[in-house]
Amino acid sequence: MIWKEILIRYGELSTKGRNKKDFINRLRANIRHTFSDIAPLDIATERDRMHIALENEEQYEVLMEKLPTVFGIQSFSPVAVCNKDLDDMKKLSLIIMEQFKEQELTFKVEVRRSDKTFPLESHEIQREIGGHVLRNNPNISVQVKKPDVELRIEVRQDAIYMMAQIIQGAGGMPVGSNGKSLLMLSGGIDSPVAGYLLMKRGVRLEAIHFFSPPYTSDNSLEKVKVLANELTKFGANIRLHVIPFTEIQVLIKDRVPSNTIMTTTRRMMMRIADEVRKEIGALGIVTGESLGQVASQTLESLTAINDVTNTPILRPLIAFDKLEIIDIAEQIGTYETSIQPFEDCCTIFTPANPKTKPKVEKVTYYESFTEFDELIDRAVRNREVYKFPEENNMKDKFEGLL
Amino acid sequence: MIYLDNSATTKPHKEVLNTFVQVNESFYANPSSIHEAGVEANTLLDRARGQIADLLHTEGQYVLFTAGGTESNNFAIFGISKANTHKGKHIITTEVEHPSVLEAVKSLQNEGYEVDFLKVDENGVISLQELQAKLRKDTVLVSMMHVNNEMGAIQPIEEAAKIIHENSRAAFHVDAVQSFGKLPIFFNGEEGPDIITISGHKIHGLKGSGIIAFRKKMNIIPLLLGGGQEQGLRSGTVAVPLAVATAKAARIAIEMMEQSTEKYRRWHNDLLVFLTEFGENIHLLSKETGAAHILSFSVKDLKGEILINALQKRGIIVSTSSACSSKQKKTSHVVEALNMLSNFKKGVIRLSFGALNTDEDILEFKKAFTDVMKELKGDKNQ
Repeated sequence: MIWKEILIRYGELSTKGRNKKDFINRLRANIRHTFSDIAPLDIATERDRMHIALENEEQYEVLMEKLPTVFGIQSFSPVAVCNKDLDDMKKLSLIIMEQFKEQELTFKVEVRRSDKTFPLESHEIQREIGGHVLRNNPNISVQVKKPDVELRIEVRQDAIYMMAQIIQGAGGMPVGSNGKSLLMLSGGIDSPVAGYLLMKRGVRLEAIHFFSPPYTSDNSLEKVKVLANELTKFGANIRLHVIPFTEIQVLIKDRVPSNTIMTTTRRMMMRIADEVRKEIGALGIVTGESLGQVASQTLESLTAINDVTNTPILRPLIAFDKLEIIDIAEQIGTYETSIQPFEDCCTIFTPANPKTKPKVEKVTYYESFTEFDELIDRAVRNREVYKFPEENNMKDKFEGLL
Repeated sequence: MIYLDNSATTKPHKEVLNTFVQVNESFYANPSSIHEAGVEANTLLDRARGQIADLLHTEGQYVLFTAGGTESNNFAIFGISKANTHKGKHIITTEVEHPSVLEAVKSLQNEGYEVDFLKVDENGVISLQELQAKLRKDTVLVSMMHVNNEMGAIQPIEEAAKIIHENSRAAFHVDAVQSFGKLPIFFNGEEGPDIITISGHKIHGLKGSGIIAFRKKMNIIPLLLGGGQEQGLRSGTVAVPLAVATAKAARIAIEMMEQSTEKYRRWHNDLLVFLTEFGENIHLLSKETGAAHILSFSVKDLKGEILINALQKRGIIVSTSSACSSKQKKTSHVVEALNMLSNFKKGVIRLSFGALNTDEDILEFKKAFTDVMKELKGDKNQ
């Protein structure tokens, strides 16, 4: 294998003065975590880049496939090595440029000669290698100012290092570098996208889901678990808190006017989420709400729902169109799961005409006749917690069949 | 019994049969049901789909399970042609296709579609120039087999794909029934097919199972209407046990491909040398450039059927040119297309190798064939 290491360039964290060390350490830990299944990686960090040593073909392939999902990486390049010998360098340069063979493009050779004892000067290396590449690739021409491809050659003490390909990373910040929040995960299209966007900004997530059997089935819970699991591929573990919600939901239906059910239900969910948030030490609550999408997502509704807490409610999708949200869901691979048609707790007991402009005072008044606190305590206490990524028991069941 | 008729069908692998039984026992629910058992069956079905998609370099949603190669071919031809009448009604195929393609396009011919049948040379291969010349603005479909079932000729799929995609809006369907697991065949953007047909029982899977796979979303209408399974493209409760068994057979076929084709090529070369020893009594239909697992040849002035019976007495199973046409009296269309001397046309037999054959099988065949030739041709053989 010609590949010796992968060079990683940091994203925004390059600009973060004194917290930088923490961020780099966080990124390194996240990368190690993402690739824990291919043996511990040897990662060396520098001020503005990171090197992952490659030991075998498998590591190379897995890294190339999954690195684009890790937040905090601006771009990365596979780096090849060869002996400090001009013929070897020429050979390697062709292998590296091979991938660009079919396209018409411009290139230049950039040399960093840190081993000053190397017999060839930088410009001599440039001329030798550049000429060799040009002679063997009729589609490629030289352009020094703004080339499409830069063939970078580093003459180091131990060997020659070469790279040309620059692959875009996911950008953003390393997950965990911006604290922890609790994601309200319904099973729909929006909430996983909201979670993803916050993770991209470095927020570590736990998730909460409201489960109302028998009105909602095990399938809908299964779907939420799959979604939580899918979010873990962006570089962090996620815990899912499943709240037994049937009792509260049935009580709400009995106690408040039908056009207020929805608002009160949301308020109770928010209160429960806030309790869980306190217990797990999260700072904010994340929702997939998008302004005006449904009755509960008008500004009036959001005000009435928000009224139960002072905790920051993070709504990254508030100004997104549905189609924009779907686009992201498809990109991150949650869309197919989200559109499976199972009842969730938001769609049962929905009245024909929910209030789109509920008034806080009225809602509070209707709720004042019922003692919800104890039920909320109980729901929080009786929640079930799942950890992801989980060793998938479904997969084991099919073991050997395929 | 030495079975050398693997292009007609293969013996299922033990592992594949076990999968079929286990899935029937444990995951028999209808994958469209919303109860837990149904969801579980559906999850398994999707895994099978995904596995095949990986092997073909496409996505799970573009892999559909059918009842076999014939259905997949019919679906590709009728489905594409009828969905794209706004683009035109012109189809291109070759004169050496399997009947499930030829009969389908002929039936469209009766409905007013225009069909061009590409000629093949003495090696059974089409001419790319002719293909390019026949492509028109209103061509909606090009259907071409990858490996010919009767004599093993390999069509230049990659080159054909480039020509088709550069010069027309036609969909490119490849019948890979005889090539999957023997030659690389997968989706590859503009340099590969748009639709691929695979049959389960030709790759040591089970009869009654097939696959049609697409490179991307296609404009196609279903053959079977009903409950809207398989995204509405193939109604009828999906046979999960067959689908999973097919996925397993396909995985094994690809994993063993290198190893088995190396073996087939050795036998193929060995037998080509062996057969030339019979001089002008033998005409080779298969060439070194053809697929390694099919070897067909003809014996002068003899009927294939007689050869088959004589070999069978010695425990060796081979076939005339193809199982589908062997019961018909007339000469096969492929043999006709190859332009052979008339005293060789009746005596075509085909050997086809499979994963379960061994070196001894080939030795035994050679012994038996030498005997048979002595018996039937006597001294003239010398």
